[in-house]
Amino acid sequence: MTANGWLQILFFSLAIFAVAKPLGLYLVAVYDGRVRWLGPIERGVYALSDVDPDEDQHWTRYAGSMLLFSLATMLLTYAVLRLQHLLPLNPQHLPAVTDRQSFETAASFTTNTNWQSYSGESTMSYFSQMTQLAYHNFVSAAVGMGIAVAFVRGLARQSAGKLGNFWADLVRGTLYVLLPLSLVFSLVLVHQGVIQNFTPYLNLTTLEGAKQTLAMGPVASQEAIKQLGTNGGGFFNANSAHPFENPTPWSNFWAMFLIFAIPSGLVWMFGRMIGNRRHGWAVWAAMFLLFFSGVSTVYWAEARGNPIHATAGVNMLASATQPGGNMEGKEVRFGIVNSALFATITTDASCGAVNAMHDSFTPLGGLVPLLNIQLGEVIFGGVGAGLYGMLAMIVLTVFIAGLMVGRTPEYLGKKIQAREIQMVMLFALLSSLIILGMTALSVILPAGLAELNNSGPHGFSEILYAFSSAFGNNGSAFGGLTGTTYYYNTMLAVTMLFGRFGLIVPVLALAGFMAEKKIVPESIGTFPVTGPLFVLLLIGVILIVGALTFFPALALGPIVEHFLMDAGRLF
Amino acid sequence: MMRKQVRPAIVMTLLLCIITGFIYPGVVTGLAQLVFSRQANGSLVEVNGRVVGSALIGQTFMQPYYFHSRPSAAGSGYDATASGGTNKGPTDRKLADTLVAQAIDSAVKIDHVTKGQIPGDMVTSSASGLDPHISPENAHQQVPRVATSRRVTVEVIQALVDAHTETRQFGFFGEPRVNVLLLNIALDSAFSRIDPTRKGSAK
Repeated sequence: MTANGWLQILFFSLAIFAVAKPLGLYLVAVYDGRVRWLGPIERGVYALSDVDPDEDQHWTRYAGSMLLFSLATMLLTYAVLRLQHLLPLNPQHLPAVTDRQSFETAASFTTNTNWQSYSGESTMSYFSQMTQLAYHNFVSAAVGMGIAVAFVRGLARQSAGKLGNFWADLVRGTLYVLLPLSLVFSLVLVHQGVIQNFTPYLNLTTLEGAKQTLAMGPVASQEAIKQLGTNGGGFFNANSAHPFENPTPWSNFWAMFLIFAIPSGLVWMFGRMIGNRRHGWAVWAAMFLLFFSGVSTVYWAEARGNPIHATAGVNMLASATQPGGNMEGKEVRFGIVNSALFATITTDASCGAVNAMHDSFTPLGGLVPLLNIQLGEVIFGGVGAGLYGMLAMIVLTVFIAGLMVGRTPEYLGKKIQAREIQMVMLFALLSSLIILGMTALSVILPAGLAELNNSGPHGFSEILYAFSSAFGNNGSAFGGLTGTTYYYNTMLAVTMLFGRFGLIVPVLALAGFMAEKKIVPESIGTFPVTGPLFVLLLIGVILIVGALTFFPALALGPIVEHFLMDAGRLF
Repeated sequence: MMRKQVRPAIVMTLLLCIITGFIYPGVVTGLAQLVFSRQANGSLVEVNGRVVGSALIGQTFMQPYYFHSRPSAAGSGYDATASGGTNKGPTDRKLADTLVAQAIDSAVKIDHVTKGQIPGDMVTSSASGLDPHISPENAHQQVPRVATSRRVTVEVIQALVDAHTETRQFGFFGEPRVNVLLLNIALDSAFSRIDPTRKGSAK
């Protein structure tokens, strides 16, 4: 670990702190309907779709609209991928995507997961990438943001279960937040070297006279929204490690910044909308402390390197002329610190873009990304998904605090009662049921074991990571697991759909129940939701819920592998 | 009730697809080609009017008179249509006993590096398999071989490496690095190639 490394982490931390308020203010205005600079387009969309943006929807109707819209986008993508060979902008004449791969990919992008078991440059035409995958990056992110805003409205209002209008939230988030930011940052990325063209793959002869073919495509436009919408689906197989997606340390900084920008702004927006900015900052602080602990652990583990390779003769010490540490699966321009930072950020959020291969991280360096996902991606989190996940954890925290002092728990003046806690428990337990259940099934079935790239505890980690990532709608992978069989395509697709819609519906129900309640004034017995005590309790609840659920599985994977690595054991 | 939401679901799907899937990438492509056309088309590098590669995409170098790139897991090595890493874990036998061990043996044999002093990037594969860079230390270890092959002094080659070492961006972002393709092109333009295996086959 070097002073420069910590400086880079510090600079990034300051940047996401600085963006919270300005972006939060803008988000408040957007979701209030006060931002109108694309008014004619916005109104045109409403008119053609026969939507009244001022209709206040009950939570059931909000959920229904969201589900129908997601289904429509998923069917469209399935159709386009199956018909890819007949559609334009396919200079490499790539064939139709297989049925199971199309189903999985459509589910993956609809759920904001962007798990990719295919290799982009040899599977997807420019048309499929641009009009379907990039398009899903926008709308699945806008859906997530809308759900978070709806949840916050439920807390802030006393409105008989009404949460706002899904269609208006969807269109406003897309037009006023995601589109303009993506446009600006895609040009920043092109300036750094990210490609943006429609030319066929380029054949050339290298300096030594060998043949090389460079994959091309409209990458920058997809790259910007991939990060901003915490989607993470790379244009190329190597994702953000590919020099055409992420050519310089500066493009890498913006990639990381874009992943955390909206989640950071949403937390500020939340504080403002509920009229308690100090509570918003307390939530932000809890997220930041968890993020900082995570990145410190990964940085330490990766800088320490791999003792097995050190024994073989590799110098693990960082110096002014080499990054040191575990460089397997990492790029020289990013070195250890930017790989550790990126891996932490992409799994704190539900992004899943990678600039280094998590599968080749040291055991503890790989444990943190895995645990980040399993904690529910509430550390800033996916756009929208992070905030509503965190709010569910806060309701649980307040409930536990209430039990400890023996009073009816209340949150922001609203009493938390049986049905609210039922929804929170549904939210918390579904993840352990699906992730652990699917992992257990896969280590028993031959079809589950056939696809491993590593054996021993690392092979188990590959399977556990795959289902955690799919359920958490993250999309990063221990990429050695080749998930292109019927078994994995189908099981992972089902896991992703549960992880998205199986959580959103109880979340919207919880929001609806909260919206029905009267706000009662604070009393002496109200548990304070600002200050260090609250921050620590919240962190404690997140860690305890996550650890109780996943510690046994983690012990069988990365934890035991750490000790075996130090003992020099190979598999 | 829900039937009234079907039309918005379908129409909204199509309209947003047109805006974000066609208009947006079209506008970005137009602006990118107009303002940053070199980068948008792949930062291609030409030697004597012939495109020899992209400044951002690594290539395989095997000749002793060139600096060598890192090991690559992309296809059969630096295949820019098959990007990716080994995805081997830290306790993987093939990684430790074959991939890294062979790279170490080769570095010891070709460049006479000392075990314990080998920079990690010299014997490990990158995430993309297309890493265009090596660390300055990695380049430093290769200087004697290149100098011998080019029949010039070690100092001259090291000076060229230093001149091609990119510092951290804006003073502190990322890591110091050497672009292998650009360095090798600079070598060719500064010194003749002498290949000890094929006498007199200089350029």
